[in-house]
Amino acid sequence: MISGTVVIATEICKGCELCIASCPQESLGLSSSINRKGYRFATLVQNNCTGCVNCALVCPDSAITVYREKKAAKRIPQTVIASHAV
Amino acid sequence: MNDVINGQMEVVYHKPETLTDTPMHYCPGCGHGAIHRILMEVIDEMGIAEQTVGIAPVGCSVLAYHYMNVDMQEAPHGRASAVATGVRRVLPEKYIYSYQGDGDLAAIGTGETIHTVNRGENILMVFVNNGIYGMTGGQMAPTSLCGMITSTSPYGRDAHHVGYPIKITEMIAQLPGAYYVARHSVHTPAAVRKLKKAFKASFEFQKQKKGTCFIEVVSNCPSGWKMTPIEANAWMEKNMLPYFQPGDIKVPAAMK
Amino acid sequence: MSQIIHDEHPILMKGNEALAEASLRAGLQAYFGYPITPQSEILEYLSEQAPNRKDTVVLQAESEVASINMVYGAAGAGARVMTTSSSPGISLMQEGISYIAAAELPCLIANVQRGGPGLGTIQPSQGDYFQATKGGGHGDYHIVVLAPSSVQEMADFVFDGFRLAEEYRMPTMILSDGALGQMMEKIYLPKDGSLPKSEKPWATVGKPKSRERNYITSLHIEPDKMETINIHLQDKYRKLKKEIRFELTNVEDADIILVAFGLSARICSKVMELARAKGLNVGVFRPITLYPFPYEALASYADPMRMFLTVEMNAGQMVEDVRLAVNGKCPVYFKGRMGGMIPTPEEILLEVEAMAEKQRITNQSAGYL
Repeated sequence: MISGTVVIATEICKGCELCIASCPQESLGLSSSINRKGYRFATLVQNNCTGCVNCALVCPDSAITVYREKKAAKRIPQTVIASHAV
Repeated sequence: MNDVINGQMEVVYHKPETLTDTPMHYCPGCGHGAIHRILMEVIDEMGIAEQTVGIAPVGCSVLAYHYMNVDMQEAPHGRASAVATGVRRVLPEKYIYSYQGDGDLAAIGTGETIHTVNRGENILMVFVNNGIYGMTGGQMAPTSLCGMITSTSPYGRDAHHVGYPIKITEMIAQLPGAYYVARHSVHTPAAVRKLKKAFKASFEFQKQKKGTCFIEVVSNCPSGWKMTPIEANAWMEKNMLPYFQPGDIKVPAAMK
Repeated sequence: MSQIIHDEHPILMKGNEALAEASLRAGLQAYFGYPITPQSEILEYLSEQAPNRKDTVVLQAESEVASINMVYGAAGAGARVMTTSSSPGISLMQEGISYIAAAELPCLIANVQRGGPGLGTIQPSQGDYFQATKGGGHGDYHIVVLAPSSVQEMADFVFDGFRLAEEYRMPTMILSDGALGQMMEKIYLPKDGSLPKSEKPWATVGKPKSRERNYITSLHIEPDKMETINIHLQDKYRKLKKEIRFELTNVEDADIILVAFGLSARICSKVMELARAKGLNVGVFRPITLYPFPYEALASYADPMRMFLTVEMNAGQMVEDVRLAVNGKCPVYFKGRMGGMIPTPEEILLEVEAMAEKQRITNQSAGYL
């Protein structure tokens, strides 16, 4: 499983919970503390984020930055290269 | 913003550059925020921010110019498409979009809406439909559903008294000047991705001077509907989307 | 006022067409309009000329509401833009004009007035003076108002109008009427291309990286901010006073001064001729800028030994400004025709003679209507 994480701008978040609902891993939940505007903000409650980007796509306040593990480059088999050579 | 965390992770999604850092005034969960972001994301990816002029409406998104870092004009209520026409006619090479709500586009601005599309003005018209007048406190809109309770239909919209919710998008799709007409939403990640494709196609068509691209985005209004954002999206999916059906309404051959 | 350079040779032209041709020569970049009698010829002339003018967009809009909003958009994008209409159509534009004034955009609007109120007649009138000068739309704003009284001025005021609109960043109106729009006179058109372009760094043309975004708006929700905007607008209108224009004919020795604008002023020139022939000392004070109004100049002619007669094609609109200027120093009478009727010089002369008679009987200025 690819691993990822999110960074949520806690002062921008309005606790609308749409990201929480969209997360297939149930990684997100509402904080117990409140931000300066009085909102409980979204926060990671589990360590199983895959960086799928669902939460950031639905976030109305663009408060989420998503990170994902870099994929290793695939090796192209030598025989394939040879057959394409002109 | 760190591009890499722990040297192992990279950023795969971030706020678009053309969306300003100004915190948005919209209610928690309101669709406007996501729609603004996707529009700005497309503008960023296409690299056209320096050649774009946007027209903001009157309604909840009257302050859109605080969030969109492009040259913008604030139009009188309903008139955004006429204002956009004026801009388009004197700036033939730029990218132009208008952004309106349901009252702006389908009530007071109906005349301008129809004729702008009829002329095939080479602009993107974004129509945010949440079946209610948010900014003024939750009155009935021309797209409010039958039976929907609003501050001016306290017993539910009665078609006999005020008529049926208007499907302006289907109406204007019939005009030859309408090149690409579609309806989407932003309540799920999949829907957001589809909307992004629609915006991108629209700006591509605009570059080719094809005519009017009209994208309706069905959205929620948690405050007006008196629901939580999650409840509002569920209600929208259950009640609004069967009536205002998402999908392509008029697709040019180029897209098929 | 800058001098306008004219063509060497004259041409016989109809008022509406002279206005239209002058706008092309002034470097018009966009015209949005809707047909309405008695000014449809302007849209027609421009539509016909459009293929010869590649830099000018001419578009028939679906309504006057659409027209004025297209003007707003084009003006905000930095274009030299005009619309024209007649009284009922100008009413429809009031919302847009208020927005344009508040957003400080330049544009030229011509009102070829017709009889009203309501649908009225297609005959000429001056019934929109209040609407034009007191701000017909909502809020505290003004537009520059120029009142031509000849076909020559129909053409010249287009150049003056664009210059004022762009220098002061506000809408400018040419307040004409159906007779001036339809009559034909020999005129010298302003030279093509002789109105310089102006810089518009505030225009929405696409934001380069080198500057912040421009946005054109009239929304300033915080009241203290809105008051600041209003104070700025009022300051601007004060500065506008140096553009006041009027024309004086035989006023220095006049016992009776006729005050009139536009078509009425032409008629008053004839009245003055007829009156002088009868030994009456009559002069004409013709305001040319109706806003800013020549209050001080008019006041300087107010004298206990004089009388004013304001002649208008309405129920009495400019006369209120004349009374304000005169400020009770001497009598101000009014003669008007309404609904599209044009007064004759003879009927005005009767009024003048009655006034002169009254003056002789009372012998002094004491007591006036």
